[in-house]
Amino acid sequence: MAAHLSYGRVNLNILREAARKELREFLDKCAGSKAIVWDEYLTGPFGLIAQYSLLKEHEVEKMFTLKHGRLPPADVKNIIFFVRPRLELMDIIADNITSEDRHHSSRDFHILFVPRRSMLCEQRLKEQGVLGSFINIDEYILDLIPYDGDLLSMEYESAFRECYLENDQTSLYHTAKGLMTLQALYGTIPQIYGKGECARLVANMMLRMKREFAGSQNQILPVFDTLLLLDRNVDLLTPLATQLTYEGLIDEIYGINNGYVKLPPEKFAQKKQGEGSKDLPTEPKKLQLNSAEELYAEIRDKNFNAVGAALSKKAKIISAAFEERHNAKTVGEIKQFVSQLPHMQAARSSLANHTSIAELIKDITTSEAFFDNLTVEQEFMTGVDTDKVNTYIEDCIAQKDPLIKILRLVCMQSVCNNGLKHKVMDYYKREILQTYGYEHILTLNNLEKAGLLKPQTGSRNNYPTIRKTLKLWMEDANEQNPNDISYVYSGYSPLSIRLTQILARPGWRSIEEVLKMLPGPHFEERQQLPSGLHKKRQQGENRTTLVFFLGGVTYAEIAALRFLSQVEDSGMEA
Amino acid sequence: MAFITASWNPLGDAFYRSTELYEMSWSLRDGLRDSLVAAFFMVRFQTSTPDLSPLSRPQLEIYSASGGAFASFPWKSGPVVQLGWTVSDELLCIQEDGTVLIYDLFGSFKRHFSMGQEVVQSQVLEAKVFHSPYGTGIAIVTSSSRFTLATNIDDLKLRRLPEVPGLQGKPSCWVVLTQDRQTKVLLSNGPELFILDNTSCTVVCPSGLSPQDGSIVHMSVSFSYKYLALLTDTGHLWTGLSTLQVSTLLLHIHLFNQLFTCLPRCRRPKSQQPSVVLMWDRLLLVVGVCNETIQYPIEDPCVLVGEMDGVRIISSSNQELLQEVPLVCQDIFKIASMAPGALLLEAHREYEKSSQKADEYLREIKEQSMLGEAVRQCVEAAGHEYDTNTQKSLMRAASFGKCFLTDFSPDQFVTTCRELRVLNAVRDSSVGLPLTHTQFKQLTLQVLIDRLVYRQFYPLAIEICRYLKIPDYQGVSRVLKHWASCKVQQKDLTDDAIARAVCVKVGDSPGVSYSDIAAKAYECGRAELAIKLLDFEARSGEQVPLLLKMKRSQLALSKAVESGDTDLVYTVVSYLKNEMNRGDFFMTLRNQPVALSLYRQFCKLQEQETLKDLYNQDDDHQELANYYVTASYREKRLEGRLSLLQSAVDEYNKAKNEFAVKATEDEMRLLRFQRKLDDEKGAGLLGLSLQVDTRGGTLLSLGLHKQAEQLYKDFRVPDKRYWWLKLKSLAEKEEWDELEKFSKSKKSPIGYLAFVEVCIKCNNKYEAKKYVSKVTPEQKVKAHLAVGDLEGAADAAIERRNEAEMGAVLSRCSPSNSLVIERLNRARAAIAKK
Repeated sequence: MAAHLSYGRVNLNILREAARKELREFLDKCAGSKAIVWDEYLTGPFGLIAQYSLLKEHEVEKMFTLKHGRLPPADVKNIIFFVRPRLELMDIIADNITSEDRHHSSRDFHILFVPRRSMLCEQRLKEQGVLGSFINIDEYILDLIPYDGDLLSMEYESAFRECYLENDQTSLYHTAKGLMTLQALYGTIPQIYGKGECARLVANMMLRMKREFAGSQNQILPVFDTLLLLDRNVDLLTPLATQLTYEGLIDEIYGINNGYVKLPPEKFAQKKQGEGSKDLPTEPKKLQLNSAEELYAEIRDKNFNAVGAALSKKAKIISAAFEERHNAKTVGEIKQFVSQLPHMQAARSSLANHTSIAELIKDITTSEAFFDNLTVEQEFMTGVDTDKVNTYIEDCIAQKDPLIKILRLVCMQSVCNNGLKHKVMDYYKREILQTYGYEHILTLNNLEKAGLLKPQTGSRNNYPTIRKTLKLWMEDANEQNPNDISYVYSGYSPLSIRLTQILARPGWRSIEEVLKMLPGPHFEERQQLPSGLHKKRQQGENRTTLVFFLGGVTYAEIAALRFLSQVEDSGMEA
Repeated sequence: MAFITASWNPLGDAFYRSTELYEMSWSLRDGLRDSLVAAFFMVRFQTSTPDLSPLSRPQLEIYSASGGAFASFPWKSGPVVQLGWTVSDELLCIQEDGTVLIYDLFGSFKRHFSMGQEVVQSQVLEAKVFHSPYGTGIAIVTSSSRFTLATNIDDLKLRRLPEVPGLQGKPSCWVVLTQDRQTKVLLSNGPELFILDNTSCTVVCPSGLSPQDGSIVHMSVSFSYKYLALLTDTGHLWTGLSTLQVSTLLLHIHLFNQLFTCLPRCRRPKSQQPSVVLMWDRLLLVVGVCNETIQYPIEDPCVLVGEMDGVRIISSSNQELLQEVPLVCQDIFKIASMAPGALLLEAHREYEKSSQKADEYLREIKEQSMLGEAVRQCVEAAGHEYDTNTQKSLMRAASFGKCFLTDFSPDQFVTTCRELRVLNAVRDSSVGLPLTHTQFKQLTLQVLIDRLVYRQFYPLAIEICRYLKIPDYQGVSRVLKHWASCKVQQKDLTDDAIARAVCVKVGDSPGVSYSDIAAKAYECGRAELAIKLLDFEARSGEQVPLLLKMKRSQLALSKAVESGDTDLVYTVVSYLKNEMNRGDFFMTLRNQPVALSLYRQFCKLQEQETLKDLYNQDDDHQELANYYVTASYREKRLEGRLSLLQSAVDEYNKAKNEFAVKATEDEMRLLRFQRKLDDEKGAGLLGLSLQVDTRGGTLLSLGLHKQAEQLYKDFRVPDKRYWWLKLKSLAEKEEWDELEKFSKSKKSPIGYLAFVEVCIKCNNKYEAKKYVSKVTPEQKVKAHLAVGDLEGAADAAIERRNEAEMGAVLSRCSPSNSLVIERLNRARAAIAKK
């Protein structure tokens, strides 16, 4: 069911199983039939841990979405609320319960906080006079969710906003906790590197938590050799740029949420016999994307320009395989063919899906607007005219293109120019306000606070230095057969990943100067291993590094990491 | 050694033995007479009943099982009806008025609770303390003949049982039973027997006991609540399952009128045959199922304590354990036994005498291939023996036998060795825990360590933990925690001394929570010590609740921030908010930026007004202005919005944010302008009037060109954007003439390609073509392509000799455009040549 998690260098299924076990234990605590009331936000992340079937095995009969008013009728013994610890949700729950009591009183209520119990919320429930109604109040610690064979995610949407805008360390605390859980399962990680304020905080918390649990040290041979913590605001440029890998583009255009993408249905209308092909499905098509799908695993990280070739190659292989049946003469051969059939059919439908997706994307990437946008992005990244008002941006504003596009470009210009000149900035700002509305004065203000947009200060623009030292721009990026990570952005190599690469070889000491230019401190910590657990490294054995982005990561960056892990033979996990 | 069987007495096919546990080290002035005794597990307790000596104060004395005194103090409270021990070795004193006082082993008062209001008026006649899977419970019967139960005194829920028909005063006898997770009372009133549960009172009749046998005067239930014994006034003894269904014994006893005390029962673990121990003034009688009896004469008045595998008989001078001889011991020690264990023991004995008979015995066991069994028997029997010499000889024999076995698992041998060492240590009369091996197994090591800890035998407990290699956090740490909690209560030491002592001993032991110790210190009123101890706590999170309790809120806040747990910070903040006045609260927050920003978040969602105050306090004009802007969007009325925006302008001014001042002023101007338009033109703009962003387009699309022009000037809208807007809105409204006029009004700042594209978008190729000629050379190709004029595009591209553009045109050609293709190819070739 989750086999794809175990193929990676580190078997992440252990983590998933641990999470599932805990869920089962909680469900069994509430004896009898149950209905779950979901905080809608949680359904996605939970989908990565447990399907409905698991819940069903534990007598979950109904599922509702958390909303005001009376709970829908359900003939169950237990009502369980799965919620994030948020005050506004507590008010809804209280409302649910107070309107419930009048009708039934025989139902038991439980509440499961994800990922952590909160005294504040319990206090609120108490104030509302419903705390006593709960039989069980528990927490379900879900920090790091195994996302794919080599990928963990917190699925914490608002982390960037909280960390860099609101100075709220909740997500950092959860990160530290999550990393502790990870170490409990996979052994203490001996080396921790980091760059940025938040990274420093997380590392501090981890070290302190380790002290707190001193003694109950686990005796597991460490699976990870190095942990690299990176603040997202060390590299703001990368997420602003348009991702050019297959997976990255799917995300740019349709958005991937909790491993699923919703696609326009027209392309996927299956023409079945007997059924009228007129009524097209109106629901968006939902596809799960992960490395369990062989083809997807193969093409996800390719530059989009290389995807077409890969798909047609695959198509040839598949049709050749189907052709085999004509060659199958003996009964044995036919039998073998038939046994492969389900696999082949799955491959064929997967191919059909991805061909459709690729077509959809191609329609967009070949459009002029996309091309123009990319050109401007690349001009900025190479440092062309970053200190002037850009006419393309101007035109886009005038044409009222989506605001997000404008903001991305403006912020990118700001980052690549180490801040915008006062005049330029005010011009953009006025244009945006007049076109998109004055309420965006707050949007702009927030961007400034987060450092995405900033006025140029006296100091020199150091972006060119950074670019040159870290070789962020590669003129001859090979998209088909990449030889450098720069292929993921067709020329630009993500700064964050360059840092990772240099850390692995030759080490950060070689780029001290540049590190100083980037925001936040950089540091190195060592965690003492219990004696006897020091890995005896075999010749040719590779180091495994866990790279953790505080504030989100792009799919293109993941692709670049995967590329590195192949070339340098150093397993990477993000 | 040879006389082991001397103390054995046969009863049916089993044997009983009594082993002396201790010579009691106490000196009781009046013996056990006139005392109320509660001897639960190991500890006995003695007090003169208050009603017998009304003049002098009764004395409460606590002893260990070996008679070592733990505590002694005069009783100052009301008359005590019953004493008992809880599972965690606390003393329960149930008073006549229904108050239950709880003391620890050392006689210090812990807490008290009441058995209900109605008891106060009607006095407790009798009370019983019982143990169930839920914990320690109490049952009482009042002078109004009502029973009240509490199944777990740690989670007190009083249950008043239904009335018993016809009962006056107290019943003649009663017991508490726990069956099927339910607690019931079995009581007799004259000849009638009742079972009383939560809801009902039922008359029952034990099978085989007829009413002629008289009324029941004594009853007793076994340790496991499985067996029951009833004694009638005519001397009939009935025993059976406590469900009253199966009777296993019915016996007539002639000595009934001398019956002196209660009759605990003992169950024989192996044979499952129950027997009853009865005690008279000078006689102890063991009655078995087989209708046989054993008689033991006794000197003193005694107290019987029922255990799971025997009965302890406590007299004023010594203590004995009366139990059935475990089967395996019978096998080994029975005279002329041929069991493998017995032979092995004999073989070893001969071996030590260097006699070759050892070999004969061994051979005999080996021939039956019973050597493994023999070793097992010896090891098991050693566990059941109380005498260390017997234990040793059995273990030596086992070890001897093991030498002749190749693949015998040593586990049992090793564990038993270890456990015996532990048992012998705790049986020592200085400790006084006379546990049998069976009891120890039932009790578990964890509980044993707890018991030692309750008795403050800390070094021994730690020794045992280390010896048995219990993981630190389960073993040593737990002991240290208790020790430290006890240490902080020592009043004669200074804070510093205690803190140092605790720190030295406890150090970094995992799992010891300094905050728990500190909480204890605080409970004892030593706040300073508590704070000193909290400093050792590594988990800052743990320090917070106590600090709050001690009203060290500032410290609590900084510790919470340090822990990184934002929920904790929130908790402290909300606590502070209620505790402090607003000014102080804000000042406190200002010193903790993390807490402050969290609180801001909280206010943003919950208390907008407070947010404003916060910004005001900090003179954060920028945020204050932002706050007003946000507020203005919530305001429906225009006047309200304008006044909020004005406040924003003022604040932006203070924040020296010129741009924002300007922008907000613009916004206000715009709003006014829109209102004016609304007033003039009627409902046209009302709905849209707040949609600032569409104003230009809206105006234009409404055909209000003049007003639009004015706005464009007022707001210094760049030419380019104005042109775009006008171009689009004209095209959308298909005012092509107007558009053409507009295009000629002056040179277009956005070029003419835009015109072409917009026209095409509006599906007007004809109009689009008009502008193609005006497009700059660089964009010519694009423009031609846009209107679908391939030839024109090709011409333009060739003229410009631009290969890329030619390629672009080529890619748009279909085979039908062969002419164009040919021309382009030729041109490309020409360029290539050069």
